[in-house]
Amino acid sequence: MEELLKELQSKFPEVIEKVEQKDVPTIICKREGFLDFIKYLKEEKKFDYLIDLCGVDYLNYKPGGVPERFEVVYHLYSISMRILIRIKVRVPENDCWHYSVTPLWKTANWFERECYDMFGIRFKGHPDLRRVLMPYDWKGYPLRKDYPLFLDDEHEWKTYKELKARYKGKR
Amino acid sequence: MGIEKIEKVTVKVAPGVRQVPGAPVYLTTIDKIINWARAGSMWPVTFGLACCAIEMMATGASHYDLDRFGIIFRATPRQADVLIVAGTVTKKMAPIVRRVYDQMPEPKYVIAMGSCACSGGVFRTYAVAQGCDEFLPVDVYVPGCPPRPEALLYGLVSLQEKIKRESKRWGCWR
Repeated sequence: MEELLKELQSKFPEVIEKVEQKDVPTIICKREGFLDFIKYLKEEKKFDYLIDLCGVDYLNYKPGGVPERFEVVYHLYSISMRILIRIKVRVPENDCWHYSVTPLWKTANWFERECYDMFGIRFKGHPDLRRVLMPYDWKGYPLRKDYPLFLDDEHEWKTYKELKARYKGKR
Repeated sequence: MGIEKIEKVTVKVAPGVRQVPGAPVYLTTIDKIINWARAGSMWPVTFGLACCAIEMMATGASHYDLDRFGIIFRATPRQADVLIVAGTVTKKMAPIVRRVYDQMPEPKYVIAMGSCACSGGVFRTYAVAQGCDEFLPVDVYVPGCPPRPEALLYGLVSLQEKIKRESKRWGCWR
């Protein structure tokens, strides 16, 4: 494991920002050059299983004073070597996009759609980037920390508002 | 024939039902006989939304046995009389629930089963309808999270009682 991390650091010095030893070896890397890095992990290092992909919103919580608001987290597992690895990529708010890994793992398709649905991070190269959980005409990204817990009448989803206006209190 | 005379030649066999002694002839009101038929064959549509649906299935299964009330689950709203809203209604699901209700032929009734269907329950969030009465005319509310099968049975029996008291709710009198 140590050797692998060292090798990765020497091979991708511009991409890897930091390597942390937590519950799982964690690699924090930059967005630029990320695709080459993760392709190398999959094809050369046999990290063939993408366990999950999710977004994080660090709106008012900045561990280590990181300026970027969002983070995309990958968990990769190597079935042949039985190693789990975590990869984090920071995404700034005003330039909110990231590279899609759907061409590498088919699983990533819906993961990335969910991440887009909940955080509004656009994935470049995704074949069909639509919402999965919320209705297609929903406004806003619910898992962002500044999204209200309860919508007032003005921001209510249009279809539901019409439904309510039409049928509430009627037989 | 006056009322007194009818009462003289018949005997009361049930509330509102009289029989001519010795003859297979009964006298009652049309409301009473229609409501009796409706209350005795409430067919709910199998429509589960969340964990309450499991409890609804348990109520329909052999241990609690809804068949003895004449309650038979139908797999299509077009053959159903009762919509049991069993579970959390999300806003995305609400138009579909309403469509299922609209597809049912009249007379039709709605039972809100569980806290979520009654009021939104613990889910006071942007995505969940705060009670299915926001877009459906609910007849009986069954609270609980989820309600026990006994509670749902009590709700169904309450609905039967309600149907038996009905007059001029359906049809051209509305």
